[in-house]
Amino acid sequence: MNEFVGYVLLSVGVAFDLFGCIGLVRLPDVYNRLQAATKCATLGTAMILLSVFFFTGFGPITIKALLCIWFILITSPTAAHAISRAAHRSGIRLWEGSYIDKYAEDREGKEDKA
Amino acid sequence: MKRIIHFFIIYAVWILLTWSFTLQELLAGVVISLLAELLLGDIFPYEGVKAFYPRRFFWLFCYFWVFIWAMIRANFDVAYRVLNIYLPIKPGIVKVRTKLKSDMGRTFLANSITLTPGTMSVDLVGDHLYIHWINVVSPDIQKDTEMIVAGFEKYLERIFE
Repeated sequence: MNEFVGYVLLSVGVAFDLFGCIGLVRLPDVYNRLQAATKCATLGTAMILLSVFFFTGFGPITIKALLCIWFILITSPTAAHAISRAAHRSGIRLWEGSYIDKYAEDREGKEDKA
Repeated sequence: MKRIIHFFIIYAVWILLTWSFTLQELLAGVVISLLAELLLGDIFPYEGVKAFYPRRFFWLFCYFWVFIWAMIRANFDVAYRVLNIYLPIKPGIVKVRTKLKSDMGRTFLANSITLTPGTMSVDLVGDHLYIHWINVVSPDIQKDTEMIVAGFEKYLERIFE
């Protein structure tokens, strides 16, 4: 039973990671790509690590896996935020089909200071 | 006092990560925890400890499930957009306002927004968050705040404020 749950978690996690990679190729600009990569890589990898718990039971490896989930949950959105902010500040425009860019509008006035 | 608590938290993480109780591992842990605390202890915001008060811990627990559910929806959302041949996106950066004042609450809010359907926090200036949204519904600050921030804010307000 435990093995079955483990395999389900493992395959769903890998599938989400795959969707993230497809998104990385298909979406048009750096911000959209970051969205796909961050969300899918976080939950996908967390599920793969969680499946370790169902394969090996509660032990040292599981504790490490659970700690890794916690670290991924904290660091991956932070990294996405840092990359997108740096990209915007170094002048990378949004995709031409974009609807609105309030960040650029608000920053236009203080371009000299930044 | 604050630094001693930090030291023990870091040391506990070290023990959990290595999970071997030989003398050299334990001593190396002491040295590394001390070093990490001395170098980075100032950055850690004190409000983080508030999350361990019993009443707040209950809300943290509720928030955890809300967050997991939002994350699963976010992944199906990405899967839907990515696998659709027409690529149904309408991206843009919108501005929302947050009521949260504490650093820890804001950090959690920004990270939660990044992991929930279609949104990613780009920057925080004053009380305003700039959010990259993959499918912009309206450019209005009030409306966007309702849709993106309000769901998490009511939990985080109770945990960290």
